[in-house]
Order: sequence, then C-alpha cells, then structure tokens
Amino acid sequence: MRTFEYLKPASVNKALALLDLYGDQAKLIAGGTDVMVQWKKRIISPQVLISLRNLAELSFIKFGGGLEIGAGTTHRALELSPEIREHFPVIHDAVSNLGSVQVRNSGTIGGNICNAAPSADTAPPLLVLDTNVRIASTKGERTVAIRDFFRGPSRTVLQTGELVTLFSIPAPLPRTGMAYSKHTRRKAMDLPIVGVAVLLSFEEDLKTCRKAAIALGVAAPTPMRAANAEAFLAGKPVDKTTLLEAGKIASEEASPRTTIRGSAWYRKEIIRVLVRRTGLICMERAKGAARS
Amino acid sequence: MKLTIGFSVNGDSVEVEVLPHWNLLKVLRDVLELTGAKQGCGEGECGACTVLVNGAPVNSCIYPVLEVEGKEVTTIEGLMDKSGRLHPIQQAFLEKAGVQCGFCTPGMIMSAFALLKANPDPTEDEIRHAIAGNMCRCTGYVQIVESVQHAAAVMSGRSQERAGKE
Ligand SMILES: Cc1cc2nc3c(=O)[nH]c(=O)nc-3n(C[C@H](O)[C@H](O)[C@H](O)COP(=O)(O)OP(=O)(O)OC[C@H]3O[C@@H](n4cnc5c(N)ncnc54)[C@H](O)[C@@H]3O)c2cc1C
Ligand code: FES
Ligand code: FES
Repeated sequence: MRTFEYLKPASVNKALALLDLYGDQAKLIAGGTDVMVQWKKRIISPQVLISLRNLAELSFIKFGGGLEIGAGTTHRALELSPEIREHFPVIHDAVSNLGSVQVRNSGTIGGNICNAAPSADTAPPLLVLDTNVRIASTKGERTVAIRDFFRGPSRTVLQTGELVTLFSIPAPLPRTGMAYSKHTRRKAMDLPIVGVAVLLSFEEDLKTCRKAAIALGVAAPTPMRAANAEAFLAGKPVDKTTLLEAGKIASEEASPRTTIRGSAWYRKEIIRVLVRRTGLICMERAKGAARS
Repeated sequence: MKLTIGFSVNGDSVEVEVLPHWNLLKVLRDVLELTGAKQGCGEGECGACTVLVNGAPVNSCIYPVLEVEGKEVTTIEGLMDKSGRLHPIQQAFLEKAGVQCGFCTPGMIMSAFALLKANPDPTEDEIRHAIAGNMCRCTGYVQIVESVQHAAAVMSGRSQERAGKE
C-alpha cells in the first residue's frame, strides 16, 4: 500500500531533529496544498511527512520598523491583517487573490516560497521588499537574501535538514508605493500567466524615483528581479512614459517559456503592460501614504 | 498500521481508526457516513468537499486527517437545528433557486456560512470573493449570490423590508 508516516513534532527543534533522523526520506508539510496534491498525483512519494501545521512559533506577523512573518503563517492570516494591508499592500495584493479562501486557510507563505514554483504569487512581493529568509537546522541558523534563495523550478538553496523559520523585511523608505498585479485568464482560482510586483520610493517632490524594485513571476525559471529596468528608473521622474520604457526593458530581461498557459511572446507583452500599470498604482499609493 | 484519533464533528466527539495518508473527506464520507461533502476534483480546485475546521473553510480532500485531531469539524449536516429545521442559508438556497443538480451546494453553503459569520452584510463582491473556490456547473452563480444575499437579510432580520421591496 502506498502510504506515509505522518509526524507532528511539538516544536521547531523537534521538527529539525526528525529532519536529521529521516534525511531524504522525509518531506516537510505545512498547509499541504502543494504536498497533498503532489502526493495524490504521484509526483512525490516520501516515506515520512513532518508536519509544521500546528507550530505556533512559526505563525506570526510582527511589526516594528520592518516586518517579520513566520513561515507557517497562512495566506488568509496575511490577507486579513489590517497592518499588512496598510503598510505592505504588495503582500495583501498577492495573498488576497491566491487560490481560494479554502486554499488560503491552509496554505502558508513558507510553503509557497519553498515549493519554488515560477508562478508562486508571494515571491515577487517578497523580492521587491528585499526580504531575508531565515533558515534553521540542528547545526544553527543562516540567513539568505530571497534573490539568492531560488535555484530553479521547485529548487531552492535549502539543504537536507534545513527548514525556513521566518521572512524578515526591512522598513521601506519614506514615500514608498508598492503593488502586485497578476495576469490570469479568470479573476479567481488561477495561477498567474505573469505576475509583476513593483516598489517605488520617491524623493520629497513625490515625482523623482529614489529607488525602484521590480520583480517578475513566470518570467524565467525562477521569480526574478528586473535589475536593468530598476536602474533605468532610478533618479528619473516617474510618469507613464518612463514606466512604459521600464516595462520594455523588463520584458527584454525576462526569459519566459511557452507553456499551456501562455506563449513566451505573450508573456513579454504582458510584462511590458503590467510594469507600467503596476507602477502607476505605486505612484497613487505613495501619494496616498504621503497625504495621510 | 491504523491509528486512532479523536475530534469533534458537528458538536459530537468521535473516535475513528485511520491510515496516515487518508484525507478528512474520506473519513467523513466512508467512515462517519456524512456524505454531504462531495468529492469533485480531489485536488483543491472545485470546493465540493468544503467543510469547516475550527470555523475556517478548508478543502477536506487535501486535508490530512491526522491534522483534525482535537479540532472541531463542521459539515453541512451540522447546520440543521436539532428539531430538523433547515438553516436559513439552506432555506434561502431552496427559495432562491441556488440549487440545481446540488453537487456544489454543500460546499457552497459552508463557504457562505463562514462568510456570513464574519460579515453579516456582505456586498456582492465580497460574496463572490468568498465563494471563488466553489465551482458550480449549473447555476451560473447568479442565483447562488442571490441566495446568499437573501440568507444574509433573513439572518440579520432585514427580510421584512426586503420582501416589501420585491
Ligand atoms: C486549488 C489550488 C489553487 C492554488 N492557487 C495558487 C495561486 O493562485 N498562487 C500560488 O502561488 N499558489 C497557488 N497554489 C499553490 C499552493 O496553495 C501554495 O503554493 C501554498 O502557499 C503552499 O503552501 P502550503 O503551506 O500548503 O505548502 P505545503 O504543500 O505544505 O508545502 C509546499 C512545499 O514547501 C515545503 N515547505 C513548507 N514549509 C516549509 C518550511 N517552513 N521550510 C522548508 N520547506 C517548507 C514542503 O516540503 C513542500 O515542498 C494553489 C494550490 C491549490 C491546491
Ligand atoms: S474535491 Fe476537494 S476541492 Fe474538489
Ligand atoms: S448546482 Fe449543479 S454544480 Fe452547482
């Protein structure tokens, strides 16, 4: 019979000890919205599942200058957090439209990032926020910048015996606007054909770009930053024209594939449009934040 | 190989023998004979299997059953009151033709139930956001949205004034 052992450690330390004990025979499971589907489809057949679902120490949203999010925090908890909505709307944009309420009640941000799908909706927001990923093992802790975390589709820098404990996000500069746009065939319950996160910080004139961060999902084997487009915007006045140019540059940096969801040229076209559109939302949000 | 776990279903404590790879839907339907929740896709896409765990709607087809240990599960069978009277949401689905073949209905109503508990007077957008994970191949959703709106009105005592307008 095809089955697995299902272990529910009472703490992160116990989970790490189990990871050491079982090595490659074990797989972590958080909300299971990827793991259970992959198991049913026979994509994975681990002998042991180590559950993180009930670990309160992995489930938190902590403000204080920046933001810390426990890896076991559900998308639904993030969606319902008024502080995330107000201060980190780029995260709210992504999680409030990820799967369904049912998926978001189980699925976690740690699972979304560690599953490392090119389409992971929370990856572009965490990328533009310069997030640091805290990783633990029985040997200790290490921190990896999220831009170095992904290694390919379904591949990350995580080694056997390691798990992600939290995402640490530095406080954004003053006069910052941030947003995520997801292009799908239908409004709900769909993976992005392309996902674009933009973060723009402005000088005091609320026009000149002090810092730009642009991240793309489903645009390459891993979620990526569009460094050339960012460099183009820095120091320039932000308007429809410069944003359109930034979109063009970003779409040139992207190397999307043709898949059943969309062809490569179409994805490039959408990136061009979405960078501009998302940048305009950032401008509005930065102005709104400056007014309040 | 079987393990015994305890949890609560619709207010009653149960103990069941399960295999570790079973999902909650299988145990509800095949062991506890609560066949209200349906299996459609079996992969989290359609919502026919929606039940509440500690009040939150989840896809029971991909919910590892060992995770409900010690928790409270609510299914469509738990909405009727003890005297056998339908819940106002169930009644509204009947009256407003929110049910056609009925396959999506138990899951749809559980999502609506969780919505109305948190938000007694939702907008149409909020209703559609809440049921986005419940597919219906029959109604085209219009009557479902109307059923939820009607249930919201009845449950918050606004039914009279609405009925007067119609
Ligand atoms: C119907 C449906 C719709 C979906 N729609 C979307 C969508 O719109 N956008 C989207 O991005 N995704 C979507 N998903 C995918 C999935 O829901 C998300 O990726 C979710 O965030 C996964 O989180 P989880 O907690 O369920 O992860 P799990 O399935 O438990 O785990 C996923 C992977 O991460 C690993 N893992 C989990 N936690 C940790 C940790 N702390 N440290 C190290 N490794 C860890 C696991 O070993 C596994 O490899 C959808 C899934 C379904 C079933
Ligand atoms: S049967 Fe569970 S979501 Fe379709
Ligand atoms: S009534 Fe038939 S699927 Fe909804």
